Amino acid sequence: MMPAKEALVVIHEARGEEDVVITTMTPARDWMTLSQNPRDLVLVPSAMGHATSMGLGLALAQPERRVIVCNGDGSMLMNLGSLVSIAEARAANMIVLVFDNGTYEVTGSQRVPGAVAVDFAALARGAGWHSVFEFSDLDDWRRHCDAIYAAGGPTFVWLHIEPVYGLPGPRSPGPAAARAKQFMAAIRSESVRTVGD
Amino acid sequence: MFSGEQIAELLDSLRVTHVVTVPDSTIGQWQDAIEERGATRVVRVCREGEAWQVATGLYMGGASPMVMIQCTGLFESGDALRNAVHDWKLPLFAIIGYRSYLNQDTLPGDTCLVFTEPTLTAWKLDWRLISKPEQFPTIAAHWNATREHGTAGVIVVAEGKA
Repeated sequence: MMPAKEALVVIHEARGEEDVVITTMTPARDWMTLSQNPRDLVLVPSAMGHATSMGLGLALAQPERRVIVCNGDGSMLMNLGSLVSIAEARAANMIVLVFDNGTYEVTGSQRVPGAVAVDFAALARGAGWHSVFEFSDLDDWRRHCDAIYAAGGPTFVWLHIEPVYGLPGPRSPGPAAARAKQFMAAIRSESVRTVGD
Repeated sequence: MFSGEQIAELLDSLRVTHVVTVPDSTIGQWQDAIEERGATRVVRVCREGEAWQVATGLYMGGASPMVMIQCTGLFESGDALRNAVHDWKLPLFAIIGYRSYLNQDTLPGDTCLVFTEPTLTAWKLDWRLISKPEQFPTIAAHWNATREHGTAGVIVVAEGKA
């Protein structure tokens, strides 16, 4: 297993400047300490489990931009159907990473249903994803990250993360509506083609 | 009440880029015509909460989406619409099928008649009910008004059998 923050550092280093990165729950807390890119969308507050759905919408609206979703395992479990929806939509520019620590860390580290037993890679393949990867070793993840980013998507990455106990959940970095405006300005003002243009 | 061709033409005229949907037996009949016309992409999702949040991403990315679900899906998806419309303050728009409004033969005593309108009001949605074919222009009028004001909006379409 690897620490969540170290796993995020790998993503931060591999992430393209124009990529959108959506984070929620534990990844959101740590991502805010690493990145201040205007194309970051820290999904706090969120609708439970819907980071993948929001990412799908962004990926369809801007098919030439890569959309990276850093999701929690509890969040993924709340919205497993989105794996099917993303595969159905053939969102090739989308990467979903599940940070699996087996707990609802932000609410006090209660065990998620199916912790340890759930095979997220099998769920993704069964939903129709062809690019599916699993890493439990940080160096291995670091070695393969660039190649995974370059693979045809949608791409699913299952990361085994060390649970951490006693840390607070992510705090909203500011009023959501104002952040939405800033985010939209950042991703709509560039040369990336938008559906409907 | 409305044909798929009517709805497809309307969506095209309103420049709706995506319909994000879980079908029911009324609004689901519109899908083929929408896809055949080709101006609006149909995005099929597994659950209605997804629909609101996919539409959120689409809107943020510069597209012009519409959610299309049944009132039962509205009941299921409250947190997703709350987050999109009230936390992020995004002007999403939906057409919501109102099950059993015109006919309760299939589901006598359907509680959709009890909860649909209070639920829309509780979520502070600006909604219009369409119960007659001649109200068709209300869809475009409400879409255009809410687009102009940058607010969320809902059209509730009365349905017959479940």
